[in-house]
Amino acid sequence: MTQVPMEHDHHEAGLHGHDVHDAHHDHPKELGHHWDNLNQQFEAGKLGMWLFLATEILLFGGLFCGYAIWRGNHPDIFAYGSQFLSVKWGAINTCVLLLSSMTMAMGVTMAQRGNKPGLIICLVLTLLGAFGFLGIKYVEYSHKFHEGLLPGIAFYEKPSDSHIWVEIEEQAGDQQETSIATDVAESKEEAELQMARADLPVMPAAEATTNEPAAIGPSGLNQSRVVQEEETYRVFYKEGRIAAQEDQAAMAEYAEHPEEAMRELEKHPLQDPDRPPNAQKFFTIYFLMTGLHGIHVVVGVIVILWLIYLTFRGRFSPHYYTPVDCGGLYWHVVDLIWIFLFPLFYLI
Amino acid sequence: MSHEHTEANIEHHHPKGHEHAGIGHAVPMWFLAFICAILLILTGITVFSSFVDFNEWHMPEMNLTLALIIATVKACIVCLYFMHLRWDRPFVSFIFITSVILLALFIGFAITDTKEYQPLVDQNDSPLIQDRLTELGLEK
Repeated sequence: MTQVPMEHDHHEAGLHGHDVHDAHHDHPKELGHHWDNLNQQFEAGKLGMWLFLATEILLFGGLFCGYAIWRGNHPDIFAYGSQFLSVKWGAINTCVLLLSSMTMAMGVTMAQRGNKPGLIICLVLTLLGAFGFLGIKYVEYSHKFHEGLLPGIAFYEKPSDSHIWVEIEEQAGDQQETSIATDVAESKEEAELQMARADLPVMPAAEATTNEPAAIGPSGLNQSRVVQEEETYRVFYKEGRIAAQEDQAAMAEYAEHPEEAMRELEKHPLQDPDRPPNAQKFFTIYFLMTGLHGIHVVVGVIVILWLIYLTFRGRFSPHYYTPVDCGGLYWHVVDLIWIFLFPLFYLI
Repeated sequence: MSHEHTEANIEHHHPKGHEHAGIGHAVPMWFLAFICAILLILTGITVFSSFVDFNEWHMPEMNLTLALIIATVKACIVCLYFMHLRWDRPFVSFIFITSVILLALFIGFAITDTKEYQPLVDQNDSPLIQDRLTELGLEK
């Protein structure tokens, strides 16, 4: 017990006391003076980390609860909004996070074995995974921002740089043109019908306007109706063939690039009459949950960088690697949250 | 560094029970890779199952149920093997499972409550949104 003030001196002495510690074998330099042994210190540190992780689960839990309530009330909004997320990128991100979780767990094994180069390689790979995830998330987020698929009332703004938005002027112009075209066609039809009627020598007004099959009418009417029907069929046939060709082209494009073709076939939600009311709710909860998760990934990047720094400084050994283990536990929870976020948002 | 030993060295120089011995349970690398492969396969199954139309077999909620079951299995695998819960003291698992149970209670009661008020939910666009749509000339 007389050694207690001496130990205190060691701690005061700080970094230049290494040699003293190494010589002093019953008191390893990593052991805090308030612990009995390294194992107790490790277990206590880990317990504290798990308590923190439990609060993390509850933090995300609030948002998962909000998700459950909103989805329970408006399943149509979630089914609709999910179309605008890319399953491909979501699945790739899941794989990236799972692999980086694996390299992190391998890093802990490396630290336990005292393999410093191995630990650094594992941590760097984990860091690359984190950057990969953030990079893909950036691509996804910027797509949402350009398309104006934003949370809250911002959803109801004209998108800044959209691929699927149709300009209102164009739309109005198209409508006008088509309406003129229909008018012309209608008047032409009307004229033809009148001419057909004029051919008839005698025809009661009631029969002329009837929609009954032409066979019951007088022969003149019968013939003119056949001509008219042929014309109508020709138009329909032509239109049908054009439509079929367009369909074929669309199908071929879809077979080649399903992603892009789908995007082209999509309508911007604001211009889509099938958009369910309050469709912005999907993007609100999407940005809240993936955003909070993204912040955790950024914090994870900082933690991993710090671990790499400490490893280079030679701070870890088989009997002291608590920071690696706790950083690893944190990184696994980030992965855990994403395991639930992926099916809940992308796979509806 | 004098504190960096290989596992064999530790076993040799510091027999078990000595406070300098390596601490914690070291999981072999091949086993971690094997666990990761299982997780990746389960991810593939989740993605595949999301494209199956269970309405054909009159199971409309099956996609969500299946996705959540697979996600829970994946989460358990991550906790047990990547996070070492399988080899840790049971008290650590107790803390984590408690938080998950509390969360389940929280969400469970919230959903039951929400179901009670389901008929009162306004299914129309909120007035603010309707005004904004009118401004944009996009009202339905």
